Amino acid sequence: MDVGIEEPRALYQKRIPIVTRSVKGRFRNFKWGVMLLAYAMFFGLPWLPWTRHGVASQAIMFDLQGRRFFIFDLVMYPQNVFWLALLLFIAATFLFFATSLIGRAFCGYFCFQTLWTDLFIWIEKQVQGERPARIRLQRQPWEREKILKLGVTHGLWLLVSFWTGMTFVLYYGYAPDLLTRFFSGQAGYAAYVTVFALTATTYAAAGLMREQICSYVCPYGRFQSVMYDPETLAVAYDGKRGEGSMGRASPRGELKIHEIRQQKGYGDCIDCGFCVQVCPAGIDIRDGLQYRCISCGLCIDACNNIMDSVGYPRGLIRYDSEANLALSQPAKPHIHWKRLKVVGYFAALSVMTGALVYSIATRTNFEHDVQQIRQPLYVVLSNGDIRNRYQIHLTNKSGADMEYRISTQGLPPGALDLGEMKTVTVHSGNSVIVQASIKLTPQQVGKYPRFDFVITPLSTPEDKVVEQVNFYSRTDEQ
Amino acid sequence: MSQEKIQSNTVQTTGHAWDGDLQEYNNPIPNWWLYAFYTSVLVAIAYWLIYPAWPVGKGFTTGFDHVTYVNDKGVTKTTHWNTRALFMEETNEAVAAQKPYFDKVAATPFEQIAKDPELNSFVVSAGKQLFSDNCAACHQQGGGGKMDFAPNLTDDDWLYGGHYANIQQTITNGRHGYMPPFAEVLNDTQVTQLADYVLSLSHVAVNPDSAKAGDALFHSETAACYYCHGVDAKGRQVLGSANLTDSIWLWANVPAANTVPLKEAAVKNVILQGLNKGVMPTWKDRLSAEQIKLLTVYVHELGGGK
Repeated sequence: MDVGIEEPRALYQKRIPIVTRSVKGRFRNFKWGVMLLAYAMFFGLPWLPWTRHGVASQAIMFDLQGRRFFIFDLVMYPQNVFWLALLLFIAATFLFFATSLIGRAFCGYFCFQTLWTDLFIWIEKQVQGERPARIRLQRQPWEREKILKLGVTHGLWLLVSFWTGMTFVLYYGYAPDLLTRFFSGQAGYAAYVTVFALTATTYAAAGLMREQICSYVCPYGRFQSVMYDPETLAVAYDGKRGEGSMGRASPRGELKIHEIRQQKGYGDCIDCGFCVQVCPAGIDIRDGLQYRCISCGLCIDACNNIMDSVGYPRGLIRYDSEANLALSQPAKPHIHWKRLKVVGYFAALSVMTGALVYSIATRTNFEHDVQQIRQPLYVVLSNGDIRNRYQIHLTNKSGADMEYRISTQGLPPGALDLGEMKTVTVHSGNSVIVQASIKLTPQQVGKYPRFDFVITPLSTPEDKVVEQVNFYSRTDEQ
Repeated sequence: MSQEKIQSNTVQTTGHAWDGDLQEYNNPIPNWWLYAFYTSVLVAIAYWLIYPAWPVGKGFTTGFDHVTYVNDKGVTKTTHWNTRALFMEETNEAVAAQKPYFDKVAATPFEQIAKDPELNSFVVSAGKQLFSDNCAACHQQGGGGKMDFAPNLTDDDWLYGGHYANIQQTITNGRHGYMPPFAEVLNDTQVTQLADYVLSLSHVAVNPDSAKAGDALFHSETAACYYCHGVDAKGRQVLGSANLTDSIWLWANVPAANTVPLKEAAVKNVILQGLNKGVMPTWKDRLSAEQIKLLTVYVHELGGGK
């Protein structure tokens, strides 16, 4: 009995492999430029040396064991996690700000998924050839040529993935040392796990999954629809110009000449399909803005090349806003920034960036904490004097060894006893505990209920701090 | 492409019919779920082989994973996997990580430790822990002491000496304070006079004649207090006898007594009954030499060390 069952539709769509054709043009050049810059930074920075006192001389080092991050001259300790939080907020807001102006430009030019997929496609092209050659190779049976070419391609992909994972790990230690220890089996367990995981995920994401990450995995692509306005610039096909009233036509015969084409009502699109062939997301931009489009601009380059070759004006596919295209006479594409959303995001960005820069610029060179020892709160000495003890924690964040002097103000002379620690030398990045005793006669006790500790770094006396503390004694006991 | 996989338009039934025409659709479990389940069964079996798993009679299967640790007597032991052994193994690692600092403490003379800020910070932090675990039960957290029980270590009065060597000896070997009871030897008047003399040394407003008589008794052969407490009544550290001239009291709760008669009574109590309860245990078998040395510096720095 088969009542009530409709034709079941498969919910799983197996991936249709996308084989992209290469293209030359402005946006392609921009992408290469971004890629070179990003790769130079990512792969090069762990190897940049920097003068440092007593620590490995690496410019960017995330010393997890030592609980501190080095970024050039800035040393960040766990208490500076606020900076990281603020940085993440700024990054998110900047992303939203940029999206409201130019749509998914981050996806197409800056996202590491795009950068690595681009590199992997380039490797594929170098080994296996241009698009027709690659399609032919896919259809070939598994014999020597295919095995060799695919083997070399995947081997190179694995190599790049491995070096990507390795570079990530190199940020967390002194790079030359960590590299030698990695290959001699002496690096920590975490290093091997991380490199293995990142190699596997880079290879899978850039080599195997590619545009599926953008379409299915990445949440950014999915909430694009709520972040776009009609004024947001996106990769758009000028349908009015491309289709005309009679639709597309190949440039044969008299339709080669632009004026006759326009007279007859045909659009500028010659239906060559080049824009579809270069798209890494596998869409046809002539269908309109789609969620899969990552705004990489390659179809713009492709169409401009074709327009140049047939002698028609460029810009059939261009960055433009929906609102502009809807006009009967579209104006020149420009960035619409005079919107409340854009101005609001920019204001938020300015405030947060200002706060971060201010916080970093006004950071102190040492942390201090003065705690009263409360067990016991006060001690009666053998001659009847009352004594209170305090613990002063000093952390040297300056990056060099420093000497500090601890003194008091607001006490009679001779009350302070620091033992051997009148001046304390603290190595860079270290903490010390200094114990201070204050002794007052029973007559003096009532007169000095509060006083100040003054901690002065001897080499920079202007950075001294003053902390007020209490002096306790028995109250009504005899 | 995947449309080709669907052969028919309908879902298969199990093939069985109840009551003539009641049938059931057969929707098999997805393969990924099925193989994940089989894998979990294999993982469970592997787990039984590695770790303790099944009770057998009075014991249990121990699995072939082992843990090796060094117990606190220094003996290396290897047992089947259990969390106590894991804890001991982690303790071994923690002690080994701390060892360089303790070695440095052991190698540095007492006075030098106090001058090195980082080594001293270690002494203060580790000393706080050691003190809390071992000493605080009697001397209280922070070393403040308890009246009629344990001395205050944060003041500058020392029964047995406040130099590093004295403190170290006290901790290592313990102490047992003793004062003989004088109830059989002296009458009540004499004890009162002695109490007044002692209180007068601490500037309490007692009857001056009684105090003078007590003074004479103190230095006489009848009471012979000066034998142990010294002619100046400042105590003798070799005996551990108290300094009677300062403001610090351990066995007679004079600070808490509000009136002079109450103070007298507190002091008289001590003279009459004597003292045998001031016992400090030995630590040489319970703490290592480095730990005792660290505690010595720590106690010395609690405030009163000489």
